Amino acid sequence: MDPILNPFSSGTRLRDMIRAIRACKTAAEERAAIRKECAAIRASINENDPDYRHRNLAKLMFIHMLGYPTHFGQMECLKCIASPGFPEKRIGYLGLMLLLDERQEVLMLVTNSLKQDLNHTNQYIVGLALCALGNICSAEMARDLAPEVERLLQFRDPNIRKKAALCSIRIIKKVPDLAENFVKPATALLKEKHHGVLITAVQLCADLCKVSREALEHIRKKCTEGLVRTLKDLANSSYSPEYDVSGITDPFLHIRLLKLLRLLGEGDADASDSMNDILAQVGTKTESNKVAANAILYECVQTIMSIEGNGGLRVLAIGILGKFLSNRDNNIRYVALNMLMKAVTADPQAVLRYRATILECVKDADASIRKRALELVYVLVNESNVKPLTTELVSYLETCDQDFKGDLTAKICAIVSKFSPEKIWYIDQMIKVLLEAGNFVKDEVWRALIVVISNASELHGYAVRALYKAFQNHNVITLTSIFYQEAFTRVAIWCIGEYGDLLINNVGMLDLEDRITVTESDAVDLIEITIQCHALDFTTKAMALVALLKLSSRFPSCSERIREIIVKYKGNFVLELQQRSIEFNSIIARHQNIRSMLVERMPVLDEATFIGRQAGSLPDAGSISAGSSVSLPNGVAKPADSLVDLLDLNSNDAPAPSSSGGDFLQDLLGVDLSPAAQSGANQTSKSGTDALLDLLSVGSVSRPVESPSAQSNSSAIDILSASKSEKASVSPLDDLSSLSLSSRTTSITGAAPMMDLLDGFASTPPKSENNGTVYPSITAFESSSLQLTFNFSKQPGNSQTTNIQATFINLSSDEYTDFIFQAAVPKFLQLQLDPASGSTLPANGNGSITQNFRVTNSQNGKKSLVMRIRITYKINGKEKLEEGQISNFPRDL
Amino acid sequence: MIRAVLVMNTQGRPRITKFYEFWPVEKQHEAIRNVFSVLCSRAEHVSNFVDAESIFGPDSRLVYKHFATLYFVFIFDSSENELAMLDLIQVFVETLDKCFRNVCELDIVFNYSKIHAILDEIIFGGQVLETSSTEVMKAVEEITKLEAASNAINLVSKSVSNWRSR
Repeated sequence: MDPILNPFSSGTRLRDMIRAIRACKTAAEERAAIRKECAAIRASINENDPDYRHRNLAKLMFIHMLGYPTHFGQMECLKCIASPGFPEKRIGYLGLMLLLDERQEVLMLVTNSLKQDLNHTNQYIVGLALCALGNICSAEMARDLAPEVERLLQFRDPNIRKKAALCSIRIIKKVPDLAENFVKPATALLKEKHHGVLITAVQLCADLCKVSREALEHIRKKCTEGLVRTLKDLANSSYSPEYDVSGITDPFLHIRLLKLLRLLGEGDADASDSMNDILAQVGTKTESNKVAANAILYECVQTIMSIEGNGGLRVLAIGILGKFLSNRDNNIRYVALNMLMKAVTADPQAVLRYRATILECVKDADASIRKRALELVYVLVNESNVKPLTTELVSYLETCDQDFKGDLTAKICAIVSKFSPEKIWYIDQMIKVLLEAGNFVKDEVWRALIVVISNASELHGYAVRALYKAFQNHNVITLTSIFYQEAFTRVAIWCIGEYGDLLINNVGMLDLEDRITVTESDAVDLIEITIQCHALDFTTKAMALVALLKLSSRFPSCSERIREIIVKYKGNFVLELQQRSIEFNSIIARHQNIRSMLVERMPVLDEATFIGRQAGSLPDAGSISAGSSVSLPNGVAKPADSLVDLLDLNSNDAPAPSSSGGDFLQDLLGVDLSPAAQSGANQTSKSGTDALLDLLSVGSVSRPVESPSAQSNSSAIDILSASKSEKASVSPLDDLSSLSLSSRTTSITGAAPMMDLLDGFASTPPKSENNGTVYPSITAFESSSLQLTFNFSKQPGNSQTTNIQATFINLSSDEYTDFIFQAAVPKFLQLQLDPASGSTLPANGNGSITQNFRVTNSQNGKKSLVMRIRITYKINGKEKLEEGQISNFPRDL
Repeated sequence: MIRAVLVMNTQGRPRITKFYEFWPVEKQHEAIRNVFSVLCSRAEHVSNFVDAESIFGPDSRLVYKHFATLYFVFIFDSSENELAMLDLIQVFVETLDKCFRNVCELDIVFNYSKIHAILDEIIFGGQVLETSSTEVMKAVEEITKLEAASNAINLVSKSVSNWRSR
């Protein structure tokens, strides 16, 4: 085919291939084009045509850059390198650097070609080989070729010398042992006048110092003076256009020299001393209005900060950074912040002088700068300046970008909790943060605030009033508002629920507070608004319900109104709220006597454990949420935990129950059963137990509610006694939880009448008690003459084995003799037959034969039982045979 | 040490990529995509430094410059001076400009092997080799001359041999 007509034959030129790829409209088109081209290249490689080798490699490099596999071209690189022509070698080495890397075995094959080219007469070919070596050399190659490179350090052409110097860096990095061979030639190169060579020589020396202690000592002793002189000459030299970057003489050489001096000066007072003057000169004389000059100043500052101390120089250095900070160029400010970050450990006081400027940088439009500045502020904060700094940051919260609020609030919270001088200040600041950026804080933050408030008993009144005022003033919730501050709302309603009485009575006023008049119904109003707000999530609403319950006891006059609010949620689609609503409604309506006890103020939350838990469980998010639901017992975290939390039965922190719905009742009972069982009687010292018993019998309207201590057949007590007698408490409980599950599902669909969940619990257990065996009997086999029924029971503690009692009944009018029952089961079952109760079966159902056997199901839960049976008997001496298959066993045997 | 030099256009297509440390090809392209997504979201007139540790691992810094339709990106470690790297990008671009007279994206697409030659004269195995664009130009011109010369010899010898074989 004519290559001009088909752009994708191996004959296409590189330029045409690039054009064709660029013309592709979609990624799929591009992939197809490249596949075709690669196929053509592979074919051409197989033909081994040297004329196209160059072109193929060039194409492959382009394809490689686009991210497609090109490994099949690796050998072509080696062939190109081995060919004599300069263009082939050049493309070969380029391909070597791009398509291969130091980890490939193929690379070993190139060592010989490299060695030849390093000794080539054409210095450009030597240059190519050095370049390739410098880019991809492996440790083995470094050992093999180090002598060649060492020799090239003295090559006549400066271009080769500088490449050799940089190649030496790669070699000593790969094989540090070789460093000593390079120390002498490297120091000799420092006397070079050629700028390019000098830069590379300084770099080589710096890397020698890094890999080898001896090299460092040697260069420090022999070269420090010379380097200082070189730098001095350079700083004082006249304008040389060749190495000028926007009017500054060779900033790169400046920087390299300063870097090497830094390595030499670190940890050595004499060396540091000898370079003081020149550092001061560079630091003061360099004009700072150009990027290149600032790069030198920046490097100079770094050197000053690293070498052995000289107070004057440090002041100069931090002064330069201060100037950088007020520079208009963003880049300069960025590096200044970076540098101050390092300087702050050496001299925090000096850095603190630029506090105002740094705070300005926090407000910069540039995200990189803001981030750096914020980190710096965080490091700068201490006990004495925490207040003004935090005030600044908090006030900036109002105006800053949404994207930045997350970072900013996290840092503010960290600062406040780390350095807060007094609790009242902490509470104030956190209220402000939650108001401004409550949606950006982590859950731990508002929980921590609750813990702190709970621990500051003298501030309870202050906190609840402050929260109430903030709530009113900021219109945190209006039904139309879109800025709901969920975290703030949670803290506010928690506090109002706990300390509502302090709110309306102005208890514990501090001097700085203004009196406020809040009526009981104002407080209830606030919570009602909250609970009606559609945008708040159900956790907040559940907390509001708890708060309402608490207020109903604290404000008896509002009790009826609160009940009306609560009742509205008994049909809520969220199960948690529905359940709460019904429970609380019962408590308010029928259990006045225990209500005040139930909703007593929370015990003080343990600050130390909360903080410890926060710190200890940070990597594990799951344990945080579980842990915190325990530490904040009426902060509703998960539906399953909540009832246990609410009742707060175990003040010594029961392990957080798992959250699956089925465990809920087990938890409820489990928490309570153990003390009841231990005490041996139904009277327990814990008031919580009474509450639970009441709760369980609440609503069992048909029965009189009796004191739990009296032995009655009340169902709640049945549960207790059942498990107290240690009679396989597992199964009734299992049963209960499955029942509670089913009642859940019905109530979720809303189809069932709103039956009291507690009723459900109370009335169901006796059924399961009476049933005894869990599985219904089946009629396994029935013919006109014979009926066979199976009764099942499980062996306790062995869920795989089922005891089966088979009962045979004769339906005919003739007596059966020599009655034999045989059964066969598939391999996953095991069968053990006991002897039958007899071999004669009387006629007309006047008696029966029973036979027990056991089936062990090794795949219990996956496969159900199945069985073939064969029954033989004689009627009047005549043999009869009946066969059948039984597959109607209950599913879960 | 300089870890990588990337040139990509404003659509995120790589134009020149050179990694001075071992990076698997897939990782290279993932990194290029990530760098692009960071760069294209940055406003004009902000600083040229970007936090690169999330893309290139610890101790890595990124400096970029935006020219017309191209981003020039240098990734390096803490042993390099950020501001100097910015200057080095300037040197690179100035050299390209001198080579191609008002360099544009297409020049780079179609002459990328020459661009690599230029880059190899400026950065050598992750170290700065030469910072004077005049010196770089000189070296590159020598190479071009040498290539042209040996190509000419090749072409002549081939045509001669073709002619002889007739």
